[in-house]
Amino acid sequence: MPNLVPKALRKPGKPGEGNGALSPEKLKEAPVDLVGWVDERTGASPFLTGLLFRKVPKGTNWYYTLGSATLFAFLVQAITGVFLAMFYVPSPVEAYGSITHITNDVFLGEFVRGMHKWGATTMIILIFLHMARTFFFGAYKYPRELNWVIGVVLIILTLVMGLTGYLLPFDQRSYWATIVAMNITATGPILGPYLADFLRAGAEFEATTLSRFYALHMMLVPGLIIALIGAHLYLVVKLGTTAPPWVRAESKPKSLREEKV
Amino acid sequence: MTRRAAFAVAGQAFGGVAAAGVLLPVVGFAVAPIFDRPEERWEAVGPVDAFSDDTYRQAVITLRDGIGEAGKTTVYIRRGNPSRFEGESADEFIAISTRCAHLGCPVRFVEAAGSFICPCHGGVYDFEGKVLGGPPVRPLDRFQTRVRDGQVEVGPRYSVTNSLKPVRSRDPGEFTGGIWEYLYPPRPSTPPAP
Repeated sequence: MPNLVPKALRKPGKPGEGNGALSPEKLKEAPVDLVGWVDERTGASPFLTGLLFRKVPKGTNWYYTLGSATLFAFLVQAITGVFLAMFYVPSPVEAYGSITHITNDVFLGEFVRGMHKWGATTMIILIFLHMARTFFFGAYKYPRELNWVIGVVLIILTLVMGLTGYLLPFDQRSYWATIVAMNITATGPILGPYLADFLRAGAEFEATTLSRFYALHMMLVPGLIIALIGAHLYLVVKLGTTAPPWVRAESKPKSLREEKV
Repeated sequence: MTRRAAFAVAGQAFGGVAAAGVLLPVVGFAVAPIFDRPEERWEAVGPVDAFSDDTYRQAVITLRDGIGEAGKTTVYIRRGNPSRFEGESADEFIAISTRCAHLGCPVRFVEAAGSFICPCHGGVYDFEGKVLGGPPVRPLDRFQTRVRDGQVEVGPRYSVTNSLKPVRSRDPGEFTGGIWEYLYPPRPSTPPAP
């Protein structure tokens, strides 16, 4: 019976015997640069070349960069957020003071906070433009429905980030906007009152409401977003992108028939 | 069942138990405040003589300790006025919450108009806190009151129906009375109606 396992996947021979041994000639061929060293141990190069040199359909244009732009906006939020957390104090008494300290006293604090604030708006705009592109180009159709669903969940999570982040500066606007948002949540029948109690950690604005929002904003929701972005990108690479609707499939009946054979 | 299948099932069961052992306590930890009712707070707002029955006097009370301004709220207090309003007695005190029954913005009492007005979306309430106009779905909430050592004290919050019947405290935006008492079920985090 012939061996069906491809050569690369076969069990290597023991050291010092047969093919498994490194001959002096082979040793000379061994990569000496860092990338080669890592690649030899991870076998990452086929994956990476497949990711970076994948084929895109004819007609691919600038609209196809909206997803990457959204990803970049998210990365900006993640990086600036981590550094803002170094100075921010999630306590109802100290939060506003720590924000004014960041804005007025910390070196480049106003700039980093500004990036986080305006980056949030930018991300919301970009994610909706990306969704519109997908919708109008019909890129949500088979076999990409699951990726559309993941994308919708990502939009909802992004809006949750906006909601939870809005409270953190803890000025009058944050406080009252959050009060109103919680009360809108509570108006849902049956479950609404309990959901609002869960988000507030009680019946009024509680001592732990702010830290609850902070934990959601910088731990739980970003974790979910990163995991779902991973799944989103995996499916993009796996399934490829679609051509714009105005690029027609070249009809070559002859070649089609040939392919059938 | 083969030995292999039995071990597979057992392995998955152990994995499930381990996952539940971490997740259940964590979720319970996060959800617990829904079932936690804070201790009732009573706060003195002034001597009995300081309140009249034809206008409100305002006071700032603390709803939650230790969080500064965020835990405080303004209340409007007056003496009951049996000659103007049926069902009130001259011995009781009425404390109206400034939390708008639309979405929770702070209303203020406008003396000249004798009504409560909300700055956010234009809700207007009459002297008793009943809705005159705008989006609010029910009258303004009230606080329980009592007199101790000649001082008027303000206690837990409760909501009212359109006919001012007390019901358990609920969030703004929620209707009260009738079927709404079931669509917005009572929350363990709030004390029962007086």
